[in-house]
Amino acid sequence: MARYEEVFDALGLREWCDANKTDAPMSMAQLLAQTQGDDAAAETEGLPFPSLDVMHEACAAIGQTRDLTEGLEQGFLAIRGELKFVLDPVTQPLSWLLDGALFVFESAPWWLMIPALILVSWFVSKSRAVTAFVAIVLLFFSLIDHYDVAMQTLAIVFVCTGLSVVIGVPVGIGMSRSNTAQRLIVPLLDLLQTLPTFVYLIPLIFLFSVTESKLYGIAIILYAIVPVIRLTDLGIRLVDKDVIEAADAFGMTSRQKLTRVQLPLALPNIMAGVNQTIMMSLAMVVIASLVSAPGLGVLVLRGIRNLELGVGIVAGLGIVLLAVILDRVSKAALSRVDKQRNAH
Amino acid sequence: MTQDTPAQPKVSIRGLFKIFGPTDTEMVELVQNGMDKATLLEKHSHVLGLQDINVDMQAGEITVIMGLSGSGKSTLIRHLNRLIEPTAGEILVDGQDIMGLDAAKLRRLRQEKMAMVFQKFALLPHKTVLQNAEMPLSVRGVDTATQTTEARKWLKRVGLEGFEERFPAQLSGGMQQRVGIARALTANTDIMLMDEAFSALDPLIRTDMQDLLLELQKELEKTIIFITHDLDEALKLADHLVILKDGAIVQQGEPQHILLNPCDPYIEDFVSDINRARVLRVRSVMSALTAEQFDGDIEAGSTLERLISMSDGDTNHVYRVMQDGEAVGQLDMKDLVKALVPRSSSNEGARVA
Repeated sequence: MARYEEVFDALGLREWCDANKTDAPMSMAQLLAQTQGDDAAAETEGLPFPSLDVMHEACAAIGQTRDLTEGLEQGFLAIRGELKFVLDPVTQPLSWLLDGALFVFESAPWWLMIPALILVSWFVSKSRAVTAFVAIVLLFFSLIDHYDVAMQTLAIVFVCTGLSVVIGVPVGIGMSRSNTAQRLIVPLLDLLQTLPTFVYLIPLIFLFSVTESKLYGIAIILYAIVPVIRLTDLGIRLVDKDVIEAADAFGMTSRQKLTRVQLPLALPNIMAGVNQTIMMSLAMVVIASLVSAPGLGVLVLRGIRNLELGVGIVAGLGIVLLAVILDRVSKAALSRVDKQRNAH
Repeated sequence: MTQDTPAQPKVSIRGLFKIFGPTDTEMVELVQNGMDKATLLEKHSHVLGLQDINVDMQAGEITVIMGLSGSGKSTLIRHLNRLIEPTAGEILVDGQDIMGLDAAKLRRLRQEKMAMVFQKFALLPHKTVLQNAEMPLSVRGVDTATQTTEARKWLKRVGLEGFEERFPAQLSGGMQQRVGIARALTANTDIMLMDEAFSALDPLIRTDMQDLLLELQKELEKTIIFITHDLDEALKLADHLVILKDGAIVQQGEPQHILLNPCDPYIEDFVSDINRARVLRVRSVMSALTAEQFDGDIEAGSTLERLISMSDGDTNHVYRVMQDGEAVGQLDMKDLVKALVPRSSSNEGARVA
């Protein structure tokens, strides 16, 4: 390591390096080396990569890697107050919506709720087979005493999917209209989609209380909104150029073009996006149970924590069943739209 | 065909240039000074779309703009309702330069003055035939009752009665284009732009549609601007024919005149494949009255084909040409036969165009 010290000496930076030399905390490598008592052996090991930690060794003025993570944390904590001040009121309606939906789904008696859900799936899918399947699944949940948790999960999925559509479709429309907007938003969407789901729970935990439902609501929406945005954008961009030209040639305003041509023609794509969003919010509901989201996810978590194999597996399969009915119902709705359009 | 030309053309294009590229306005001067398409592309990487287009389109006439693909004809028609913005030049509609219109006025122009028919029909696939035909009026905000009566009327006129509730995908190509025409007619505009409207159709259906258009035109007398790459179609429909090549007009005028007096080898090539007997009219090849005796009378507007079948192929006949009950000229069958051969050594005597 002496080599890097020489480098700094040769560059005449010694004084700058030692200017405010303090006893910095040891790096993990040093600590390990010290405890293992072979401090000397490590030094002889050839030429180490000039990482921050190694250079810090040679020149105290250069920060350690831990300063980076530390700095990020301090920075976040420094603006936390302001962030909270802005985000808290903005996101409060989400808490109300989630709490309200949970209240409705939990307190409505089963003999009202189950027929209501079956009716909804009939109106959306217009398919007897799908409706019958939904009925069987709901009755099965009730039979194995998972009705309440399933309803909680369903309530969360409904609220989060609904909001994702309400926010995502306009964003997608905006993206389809401007290539600049698309260039800016696409990397953000990539980030949201690939960031490990646990990671964006971390700043949220700092910002909001774990007892607030909006904490998991935000996490689910951030994760699940991506497909709606992407497919709205794609759907509108894929609308036949000839038809758009005809709309222009007959003097449509851009609003008329959007509501009469672009959105209806992009609808199959948008609905495919909604289907994906439902699936992703269902996946996220399980992880959100780490931050107090109620529902089937809690049972899965209990299965892991207490090694209750049966509980975990039944709850996991329950989620699969929920996913299947939501998928079938939304796909049936999608194919209904497609069929009407291309009827031969 | 009208000889009494109105004072003001309905649509008139003056000195129109279209150059594609980032600094198109700066390139206009180069082109005006004689730079050609290839040089412009090579030296300045700008594509010359249209150069110095001047056309007058008279009210109540069908102006056909003909050219091969890449000649700029589709670009040209899109300038008339500013779906494409010109680089330089004026477009006058009823004497008003539409280049000065703001977005709202341009929309009004498109809604009320010009309807368009497209090569690929461009119907709304999620709307019924009736809703498609109602579209121009609903865009304008006309009340629904009027929309429906108008749309039904024009759908019936183009022969689609009973198909109102179908979706476009359920109809054949020919029927879809009838919807496209009904849609343009419902808009009730003076001007109709038809962009290769029949090119995507089968030959037989195409002939049907051409007849339909001519029939409608006799009744409605709209100003129709029709784009095509098919010379037969152009000659059948045109009152005024404009031939485009590489973004410039090669020749324009009365179609019979162009056929008999091609001014350019390009057009000679073009017209050489034509069934001239079917296209040429008696009045285009007749000569002044000199003979005393005639083998029969023929209407000036008849095709040569008709006269050939009348004469039973006998080239010794001479016919008297009649127009509105008056003798206007005569036609020797020998002249007729000569007219059937494309004129390559173009030193023949003047014909009555």
